[in-house]
This record gives sequence, C-alpha cells and structure tokens, in this order.
Amino acid sequence: MEYVVDYRPLWAVLISLIAAGLIMLHGRRPNLREAWTIMAAFGKAIIVFSMIPAVLAGKVLEIEPIQIAKGITLHLQADPTGMVFAVLASFLWILTSFYSIGYVRKLEEKHQTGYFASFAVCLSATMGIAFAANLLTFFVFYEILTIATYPLVIHKRSDEAVNAGRKYLAYTLIAGQLFLVGIVWTYVLAGTGDFQAGGFLAGVAASDTALKVIFVLMILGTVVKAGVMPLHGWLPTAMIAPTPVSALLHAVAVVKAGAFGVIRVIGFVFGPQLLNELGVASVLAAVAGFTIVCSSIIAMNQDNLKRRLAFSTIGQLSYVVLGAALLTPLGLLGGMFQIVAHACMKITLFFCAGALHATAHLDNVSELDGIGRKMPFTMGAFAVGSLGIVGMPFIAGFIGKWNLALGALAAGKPIYVAALIISAMLSSAYLLPIVYKAFFKKPVSSQHEGSFPEEHSGPKEHGEANKGMLIPLLITAAVSIVLGVYPNAGAHLYDLAAMAVQSMVEGQVIGGGW
Amino acid sequence: MMEQLPALLILILLLTALASPFLSYISGRIVRWTALAAMFAAACCAIGTLIRVLAEGTWHYSFGGWEPPWGIEYVVDPLGGGMAVLIAIIGFLVLVYSGPYLKEENGLRIGTFHALYLLLATGLMGMVVTGDVFNLYVFLEISSLSAYGLIAAGGYKAVAAAFRYLLIGTVGASLYLLGIGYLYSVTGSLNMADLAQKILLIADSQAVLIAVVMIMLGMGIKMAMFPLHGWLPDSYTYAPPPAAAFISGVMTKVSAYVLFRFFFYIIGAMNGPIPGALQVLGVAACLGIILGSVMAIAQSDFRRMLAYSSVAQVSYVTLGLAIGNVYGLIGAMLHILNHAIMKSCLFLVAGGVKYKTGEHGIEKYAELYEKMPLTMGTFMIAALSMVGIPPTAGFFSKWYLALGAIDKGMWVFVVVIAVSSLLNAVYFFRVIEQVYMRRSKKPEDTGKSAWKISAELPLTMLLPILVLGVSIVVFGVFNEQIVTNILQYALPGGGF
Repeated sequence: MEYVVDYRPLWAVLISLIAAGLIMLHGRRPNLREAWTIMAAFGKAIIVFSMIPAVLAGKVLEIEPIQIAKGITLHLQADPTGMVFAVLASFLWILTSFYSIGYVRKLEEKHQTGYFASFAVCLSATMGIAFAANLLTFFVFYEILTIATYPLVIHKRSDEAVNAGRKYLAYTLIAGQLFLVGIVWTYVLAGTGDFQAGGFLAGVAASDTALKVIFVLMILGTVVKAGVMPLHGWLPTAMIAPTPVSALLHAVAVVKAGAFGVIRVIGFVFGPQLLNELGVASVLAAVAGFTIVCSSIIAMNQDNLKRRLAFSTIGQLSYVVLGAALLTPLGLLGGMFQIVAHACMKITLFFCAGALHATAHLDNVSELDGIGRKMPFTMGAFAVGSLGIVGMPFIAGFIGKWNLALGALAAGKPIYVAALIISAMLSSAYLLPIVYKAFFKKPVSSQHEGSFPEEHSGPKEHGEANKGMLIPLLITAAVSIVLGVYPNAGAHLYDLAAMAVQSMVEGQVIGGGW
Repeated sequence: MMEQLPALLILILLLTALASPFLSYISGRIVRWTALAAMFAAACCAIGTLIRVLAEGTWHYSFGGWEPPWGIEYVVDPLGGGMAVLIAIIGFLVLVYSGPYLKEENGLRIGTFHALYLLLATGLMGMVVTGDVFNLYVFLEISSLSAYGLIAAGGYKAVAAAFRYLLIGTVGASLYLLGIGYLYSVTGSLNMADLAQKILLIADSQAVLIAVVMIMLGMGIKMAMFPLHGWLPDSYTYAPPPAAAFISGVMTKVSAYVLFRFFFYIIGAMNGPIPGALQVLGVAACLGIILGSVMAIAQSDFRRMLAYSSVAQVSYVTLGLAIGNVYGLIGAMLHILNHAIMKSCLFLVAGGVKYKTGEHGIEKYAELYEKMPLTMGTFMIAALSMVGIPPTAGFFSKWYLALGAIDKGMWVFVVVIAVSSLLNAVYFFRVIEQVYMRRSKKPEDTGKSAWKISAELPLTMLLPILVLGVSIVVFGVFNEQIVTNILQYALPGGGF
C-alpha cells in the first residue's frame, strides 16, 4: 500500500455540504436550487470516480486536514473498501437527484428546500463514512448522517411522520451512544483508533471480556442502522418518508452505512483473526441468519408496497452482516459485493414504488392488478429488480450470494447456505407475485375506489411515469443487469471489493469465487 | 499601560458601573454606549492578558505595590485568564443583545440595569483573576448582589425568585466565608499561593476538613450543584432575558472554577480531605445530570427547561473534576467554555422568541422556522450541541469526559454521560419538533397580524445569537487548538 496525500476525499465530502448551503440560500428559486443539487451530484461523482485508477493501482489517497480531538486527526482516506461504498453512493445520488426532482414536483411536495438540503448533507456524511480512516472520524460522520436524515423522515410533518421520526431517533441515538462508548474504550485501550486492514486490536493488552464487550457495543451501534433484527423497528416506520428518501437513504446510504460500519469494525478494528479467537462473530452470524429468514416471512404479509420492500431490505442487509460475520474471505467478498448489488436492485424497486405512488397513486400490492399494461417500463424494471433480489444469475444479486454461500461453506457452516436458499425462495414468494399481478391479471375496477378521494372524476387517466422518474429507474435496472454479467463494468467495483477483502484477510487466499 | 492590564480589567468595569446611574440622568444612550465601550475594553484587556500569560507564564500583579502574602495579589494563569476572556466576551455579546429590550425603559432604569450588569461582570471577572481567597469573597458578594438585583428586574414573579435566591445565596457566601475563616485560623494566610504551601503540612487536620466541607457547600449553592439547586429554576425563568443569558452562561461556571481552584491548586487533589470531597462531588454530579435532565423533560416553559438543563450541564463540570485525570479536567474546562456559549445562545434565542411572541411556552415555538429561520437555525445548532452531536462543541467535552472516565474505570460516570445525551435529546427534540413541524393550532391567531412571515429579530439581537451559534461549530471543529494552546497549560501540574 502506498499512501499519497490527496485532497480529493475531502472535496468529495465538502462539495455537497457547500451545495447544501447554496440550496438553503436559493430556496425561493427552485430551478437554481435544483441546479445546485445536480451540479453537486455530478461534481461528487466525478471526484470519486477520478480516484478509482489510483486506488486500483494500490495507492491509498489520504488527507488529514485538522486535528479533531487531542491526538486524533480528522483523517479521510480512499482505500478500496471505502471506494466501493463511495462510488456506489455518489453514482446513485445522481440518479436519485433527477428522480427526486421529478417526484417532488409531480406531487408538489412542501418544504422542498429543506428536503434537498438535507439530502445533500446526508451524502456528505455518507462520503465521510466511506472515507473515514479512524473511529472518531467515522463516528462524527455517522452521527451527522443520523441527524441529517431526521428532517427527511419527518418530511410530511404529519403526526405519523413525527412519530416515525421519534422512533428513528430513539433507535439511532441510543445506538450512537453505545457506539461512542465502544469507541472511547478502544481509544483508551489501544491509544489509537486508526483503521488498519486486518484489525489493530489484536496486539492490545486487554482482557477477552473487555474486547468482547467492545465488540458488542460497536456492533450494536452499527447494526441498528443496518436494520438487523430485533433492532430493525425504525426502518419500516421510516418508510413514511418520500420515496426518493426511502430509495437512496433507506436502501443505500443510511442502512448501508450501518452495514459498512460492521465491515469496518470486523475487518479493520478487530480483524477476522482476533474475532475467530474471541468467537463472538458467530453470534452475530446467527442473528443475521435469523434476520434473513424472518424478515422475508414478515415481508410476505405486508400489503403496503414500501413496507414490503422495507422488510426485504432488512433481510438483504443482513446478507452483508452475515458475510462479514462469517469471517471467511469469500464471505467478506460476498458481503462487500452485496452492498453494491442490493443497492442497485433495491433502489430500482423503490423508484418503481415511488413512480406508482406519484403517477397512479397506488401504494398497496393488492391494487396493482394490471398496472403493468399502463406502465410497462416501470413494471419491467420492477421485474428485473425482483429477479435480482431473488438471486437469478446474470443479475447483480447473484454474484454476492454465490460468494456468500461459498464463504459459508468455507467457514464450515452450511446452515447459512440453507438460510440463503430459503430466503431466495421466500423473496420470490413476496416479490414475483407483484410482477405477475401487474402484467397478467386484469385490472380490477380500481377506479371506483380511488385511494385519493379528490380525484374521483372518472377513470384515472395516467400512462407511464414522467421521464424524471422513468429514466433513472431504467438506468438502475440496466446497471443491475450489467453488473450481473460483468461485475467490473464501469467502476471495477468487484476488483475493488476483492482488493478490500484481500487486505482484510492478509495471507489467506481468495479462491473459487465468482 | 500594558503592565497594568489585570487591574484595568477590573477597574474599567467597576468605574463604568459606578458612573452609569449618574450618566443616565443625562441620557440613556450615553449609558449604553459607555457600557458597551467598557465591556469591549474589558474584553480587549482580558484577551491581552491571556496572550501574555500564555507567552510568559503566570502573571503576578501586586496591588499598590504591596507584596504578598500581605498585599492583595492578582494572579492570572491560563485557567483564570481563559475564564476572564470568556466572561468578557459573553458579557459583551449579551450586552449588545440587550439593546432592544431596554428601548422602552426610562433613562434611570437603563442606568440601573447597566450598573448592575457591569457590577456583575466586575465581580465575576474579579473572582477569576484574584490570587487572594478573601478578595475572592468580596468579588463573590459583588457579583451575587448585582445578580439578585438583575433578576429582580424581571417583574413581579422575579422579585420573589430573586429574594429566594438572595436568602439561599447569602447562606452560600457565608459558608464560603466561614470556610476561608477556618483556613485563615490555621495558616494565617489568605493568599492562594501562600495557603497552598502552608496547607500541605496540615492537610489532614480537622480544620481543613471543615473548611473544605464549607467551601464545597457554599460554592455548591452558588453553582447550583444538585441538591443545592433549588434557587436556580425560578431565577432563570423569571429574570429579564439578557440577564438570564449572562447569568446562566457564566455565573455558575465561575463558582465551579472556584472549586477547581481550591481543590486542585490550593489544597491539591491528593491531599487531606480532597479525594473524599471529589467522590461526593462525583455522586452529586451524577444525580444532578440525571435528575436535572429528567426535570427538564417535565417542563413546558422553554426557559424553565433550559434552567433545569443548566443544573444538569454544570454537573458535567463537577463530573470532570471528580474524574480528576488529565482528560477529565480538560473535559471539565472545555465544558465550562462550551456550555457558556451554548446556554447563553439558547437563552438569547428564548429571549428573542419572547420578544416576538411575548410567550415562553414550548408550544409557542410552533412553525417559528418559517418566521425566524436564522434564529431557529442557530437554535438547532445549539440544541444539537447540548445533545452532543459531533462536530458541535458539546460533543467534544463529552468525548474528553468519557475518555477520562473510561481511563479511570469509572463506569458509572460513563453510563451517566451516555444516558444524559439521550435525555438531552428527548427534551431538545421536543422543541425542535415544534419549531419545524407542528402546525400552529389556530392560524388566525391574534398575534398573526402583528408579525408577518419572516419576521426576524432586530439586528442587534440577531448578531450575538449568530456569533454564538457559529462559534459552537467553530469551537467544536477546532477544539484541539483550544486544548493544545490554552487548556493544557491550565492543568494543575501542566500539560500532557
């Protein structure tokens, strides 16, 4: 690893923070305001993508602009692990920005200025989480993300939304405090919190019990955001947020920040080796396995489409946690790639759900009969996303799961392969019927019971979703397929993930994967 | 001139305070401008003093050329100098803010207000720069008496609150006086440096024990340490907003500073009864933090909520003292600074809302975001800082306190720090919800016609709020600079 001082990771964080300020300033001029969002999104993506060649060449770009606390710097570095997450989030932000504009304008949402500004801050925090090189830096951005998401959750300003916001804060703030205690403890024991591939706690003079407690604290702090059961309660409730928020934050940025945190803790704080000795990760793996199966079962009973997708997200995120907790190279690789694959597929599904809501005012699965005839492209994309979640080969999701299954076998825990198979079957049971209904069932006279009473006049005339929403969701669906066929397309994400895992499990060979 | 800075610090404020009532016969404006100029000059003196102290070490200044231990000596070290700067700057900002509040008052009342305000500043300033324990008592009484007066200016209910504070506060001051009386009787000295040497030999004696207990009780009352905080909620709630902001920001902290001075400099943290006293302090701090926060949650009046929150927050400082290692003390000092800024800012916001709506109830904050975006944005920052969300200043005092507590294995304190953050979140997010979401119940409110959309505060009120709000973030992000360049020199025994 070659370390190079480079300001780009810092700029990647700052650009959307600056944009947030400009967005607030130009709240009265929507076009200019949205221009800032778009410019920041493209600018951020360009900055992040421009770092890929250097990182692939084995360099680590790092910058330490200031000391954030006595003896600890605000340390940002673009290493392969962080790059996977940063590339993903910055790319999807561009699409979500266009989609958001189409969505909020179609629905004439209020508080749009605060909405776009919060979104920009969230993306800054996400970049900070991806690039954080020590625990305190990570925590700073992690908490900023918690707070910046809050206005988006309560965006509707209704009592229900406010309650969802409270629930969200209760879960995440408590988790944050536990995480903080774990972090402070680590600093006291190790004298440092700098992430180090393969972990830095191995050589520290501390009792096993202390290390176990720290592990539990840190994992509790991170898995709450990742929605691992039984700490998932906030996620379905938070689906009250506008759909673009659910799409990018509750399928990509926020929840993946939690999953990413688990990988950082396992791969860069403790290290697979130390965790093997401690034996606590197997508990985490068991919890993740339980979540995978259980959330899929719950998802089947949800009629509200977004809630169904939320429970699906909970299950899919636990793939990442499971992959990390297996502590085998292929498991970690599967988990890392699952972050990418699930993001592309699930954002497609959420985009479709949002398009249905904004265009046809449909929120429930039971109302979707025949909708595929009116909105063929939207539902086609939905079909691609669904098949990907189920785990069909040649769609991105399969690669992650294949590696995960191999990782589970390598760890000598075939039961998790069974969990993966059951989950695949369950997800086909809760997603594919939607596709079937949309394309093959005749529309029930849904016009008579329009869910929006004010639009009672005659049959609702709507066609395909507007272009602002349609194009992004078609792109993400296409990306899911491309990544499934050729996982290195565009941004070398698979190579980056492999490099990341290679660094975490130094010495062990990754073989037999995709 | 430069050589006399520590004296000027006090004299400028004192003389202007004494002149204010007379000047007010001429014109209220003159009083105001003189007071502002005096506060500004004092701030400059304080900064100048601190810069010199940091460059050349502790500054000993003998009044009238009488050498200590007989004469009165001013000793400015980085700790006292830093406190002086803090007092002067907060004092100046709040004084700027007070302008619109006083507009409708007649000249004489303006004169009295400024006289009391400057006397309060004099007293607090004197307490942090003096090197003499009896002189400290004199300044304590100056600050206390003027504070009673200022609080009583808040109206009918404030008079009762102020009288109660007067009774309790006098007991506190007397206890302090008795405490130093005991010390004097066994050492024959009132000079801090001299006392420190003489006490070493007799640290385990009964007299020192009694003195420590009395000083701790006395200062405990003045700093509203749980369970001696009874006077505080009413006083802060009913005091005029500018007075409340200044008093809540710095006054209790100065008393905490006095405890710090006695326990860690004069007697020494390891000597005689101090370890025991620190334990008691730690227990009181834990209870204060938890119960203060719980009481804050129960309030429906915003300022009362802030007042109880102050009880909790000042306990962070004593918690840091009770932890007692380098990180704990850094956390305590940083929290003195951070909390002074945050709480003054919040009280100024509360005053601003009262200025606009005439009410203090939390439900009156509904939808203020659209009407006062800048004020409420600052309020958000201050609230998040109170909760301890990075990168605001409030997070970092907790960070150092937690480091100290875990390093020493004081797990109860760790739990208290974590739980307190959550309790803070409960009561601040309750207000934030109001500010940003709740529709006002009645859109055709009577006050509606009086103020339209985007009715921000007048500039003189807005600027101090914004300055404090920005400094919360700046002090958070650059806290390491403060720790490295100032606070670590203020540690007893010096530095890392």
